[in-house]
Amino acid sequence: MRDVERVVLILDVNGEARQLLVPSHKTLLEVLREDMQLTGTKHGCELGECGTCTVLIDGKPQLSCLLLPIQLEGRAITTIEGMANGSDLHPLQVAFAELGAAQCGYCTPGILLAARSLLEENPRPTRDEIREALAGNLCRCTGYTKILQAVELAAERLR
Amino acid sequence: MRVVGKPLPKVDAAAKVTGRALYADDIALPRTLHCKILRSPHPHARILSIDTAAAKRIPGVLAVITGLDLPIKFGILPVTQDERALEHEKVRYVGDPIAAVAATEEEIAAAACDAIEVEYEVLEPVMSIEAALQTPKDERIQDYGGPNNVHKLVALEFGDVEGGFSRADHVREDVFFFQGNTHLPMEQHSAIATYVDGKVTLWSSTQVVHYVHRALSKVLELPMHRIRVIGAAHGGGFGGKTDPFAHEIIVSKLAMITGRPVKCTLTREEVFYAHRGRHPVLMWVRTGVTRDGRITAMHFRSALDGGAYGSYGVASTFYTGALQTVTYDIPAYRFEGCRVFTNKPPCGPKRGHGTPQPRFALELHLEKIAHDIGLDPVELKRRNFVQPNTRTVNWLRVTSCGLEECTDRVINASRFHDRERRPGHGMGFAISSYLSGAGTAIYWNDMPHSEVQIKVDRGGVTAYCGAMEIGQGSDSVLATIVAEELGLQPSDIRLVTADTDTTPIDLGSYSSRVTFMAGNAALEAARKMRALLVEAVEASGRRIDDVTFEEASMLAEARFGTLTTAGSYTPPKIAGPYKGSGVGPSPAYSYSACVVDVDADARTGLIRVNKVWIAHDVGRAINPLLVEGQVEGSVYMGLGEALMEEQAFRKGLHKWPSMLEYKSPTFLDMPEIETFIVETIDPEGPYGAKEAGQGPLLPVPPAVCAAVHDALGVWIDEIPVTPEKVVEAVRRKEKGEPARYGPQRFPPIPYPPTIKVEPPPKDAAITAI
Repeated sequence: MRDVERVVLILDVNGEARQLLVPSHKTLLEVLREDMQLTGTKHGCELGECGTCTVLIDGKPQLSCLLLPIQLEGRAITTIEGMANGSDLHPLQVAFAELGAAQCGYCTPGILLAARSLLEENPRPTRDEIREALAGNLCRCTGYTKILQAVELAAERLR
Repeated sequence: MRVVGKPLPKVDAAAKVTGRALYADDIALPRTLHCKILRSPHPHARILSIDTAAAKRIPGVLAVITGLDLPIKFGILPVTQDERALEHEKVRYVGDPIAAVAATEEEIAAAACDAIEVEYEVLEPVMSIEAALQTPKDERIQDYGGPNNVHKLVALEFGDVEGGFSRADHVREDVFFFQGNTHLPMEQHSAIATYVDGKVTLWSSTQVVHYVHRALSKVLELPMHRIRVIGAAHGGGFGGKTDPFAHEIIVSKLAMITGRPVKCTLTREEVFYAHRGRHPVLMWVRTGVTRDGRITAMHFRSALDGGAYGSYGVASTFYTGALQTVTYDIPAYRFEGCRVFTNKPPCGPKRGHGTPQPRFALELHLEKIAHDIGLDPVELKRRNFVQPNTRTVNWLRVTSCGLEECTDRVINASRFHDRERRPGHGMGFAISSYLSGAGTAIYWNDMPHSEVQIKVDRGGVTAYCGAMEIGQGSDSVLATIVAEELGLQPSDIRLVTADTDTTPIDLGSYSSRVTFMAGNAALEAARKMRALLVEAVEASGRRIDDVTFEEASMLAEARFGTLTTAGSYTPPKIAGPYKGSGVGPSPAYSYSACVVDVDADARTGLIRVNKVWIAHDVGRAINPLLVEGQVEGSVYMGLGEALMEEQAFRKGLHKWPSMLEYKSPTFLDMPEIETFIVETIDPEGPYGAKEAGQGPLLPVPPAVCAAVHDALGVWIDEIPVTPEKVVEAVRRKEKGEPARYGPQRFPPIPYPPTIKVEPPPKDAAITAI
């Protein structure tokens, strides 16, 4: 066993409080995926460059690869697994499925969460406002067009 | 038709939007060990010694392997088996794998890699096409090919090229350069292997489970039936996960040694060095035309910077010369191709494989010829369009062809000929074509390219196929075709795909082959199943439309026993009678036309793309939503390549191996795309369908360059069109120099004597030869 500093933490993830013993240097991305089996959060660079690992912290999009869980006690963490309400998908998830906004699907969890944060703050975003809000999330499959359409469709249905 | 042609959601959409889909790195098996790979810091060096003793002593390290553990060479093409999973004699690019560690934790594995001592004799690196053509200062990069660091040379002539040039009223020569770029899939490559009961199982983010299966069998010296390769949910390929990779072999070997599952996920930096992306290609083209713009002859030369290994390179080389004739009726054609080895990550197939570079050169070259002879470029191109149901001078069989309609759609919608004339504004037009699957397999064999089995019991339908869903909609196409034939919805069909144990063969997701080939196999299997159901229902005195599917299936199971059917697809034998004719033939070609609208700033060199109109002849859209998605994604990737993406090196190192520095278009960079789906109903495609995933990328870079010329009066003959190049070209124009930025010369290349091939007779059958 290596000599690694470990900390006991209580994290609020998707409304569930979980007590964890994790190395203090582990990122939120690693803790979610490796210690909590929440593998819906993906990683594309682990350097804060691609947006793939986006989660919501108190409703705001943040990059889980740049966060340390020790910063996050008492904060509400939302991952893609917390987006649906039981078996009912969030309107953004429905719209992404209906309009083909997810191709390989790897960037999709991060973009869905960033879009959810946008719509909670701004229920009637213009297309440029959507672009601005999602500009930190790269997608290599879709050319972004169907994602923009899906966010607009979901916004309409949520209103 | 009930479900074919409907914009239905992808069958895997729910798994993708909920985060439920399990990608390779998401798979966590009990007792999994983590693997890290030690890679070369030198672009070219001989390995004098590797000392792993210190690494092996680190607590938590269970195995350390080197090339001596995996000495057998592999490679995607039978003619270039030049890679080792771990090199122990020589490294040929920064990133070449040397040793690998399996440890209980990823950090321990990384520390163990640091503890491995390697002694190198550094050799002079070869970093450019020009350098590769010269006598090497040290030894050659590879010990085959040649002369010098040349890998492959090709020289073919179809028809009377000299005669064609002598008949021309105008002859023009140009030189172009297309810089290399990489796939940049969002998901880093990842693989996890187990070794249980003498059998290896590997889950991988591969595009082709079958080729990984073959390479594992060869290198691990295990029969194929003792290896199972499963395609995990796939986070994007674009050609970059089509080769068998070192890490896939390494984790399998480490699982065999340790008896525990072993996982390796590449870092983003490693992905940039794994590469296999777009070849940098230098091109020279000479074309003769008559006064009214008809092409009389063309001579095309290419020089590909292949990087350190063969990969798909022999095929890539042929592809730089193959498809020019599939869009334009070229009566006499000569092609000379050359691929060189350099000390860089190997290049291979990226979306459009070897054809976006010559397409860029060809379209821009014809644009310039049109300007030379005072003809509208659209009109010049139209006058030379290939016709349906013909054979090209290099024997390629063209069946359905929607070039005219695609061109009409984008020219009319963009009001190309009435475009706004304001300073810095311009529009450009280009066309292209691509294969609906390569007509020949990577390795020579007479077996089908795709096979599908269907099982029906108690109303449930399962389709089995080796095809790999990589986001393009392969699973949805299979489900839609089976559902159409059986009177169900795509969501009713259970799919088992990309698993070498449980599914019959499919050659995988490359060369835009799945819809056409797996689609035809699925169609055959589904029609056979329907026939069984109809026969059983009619034997019971009823009609198929009067019973539920569940009733029909039970009647048929009672009558025939287990209900299974199979279908397979083998492409027609249509290749021409010459060596090298295996690259280029396809059962059908897709066609695209595109108009790009830009504003270009002469002072800053910045190009803003305002809009792209694209029309794509997909034969038939089995799912128009997915076809649009493929077209939009292709346009996006084409714009990235045209304007910013660059895989470039400095002293052997990648200049920008990160997602921040390697520029790719964001939400803010993407213009509106207006997509037109053109349906020509191909005679051999499933319901008439052809490809959609690659072809629409091809016209985008040349259309951007044509638009920049329209806007600023300068030719940028080099991709990507960066602001620096635009500013420099404008400066030259203002100084009265040629208003152009691009390569000045094409180097002398020791091409072999040209093989002269008789073109097909004018009335050549378009059926199989």
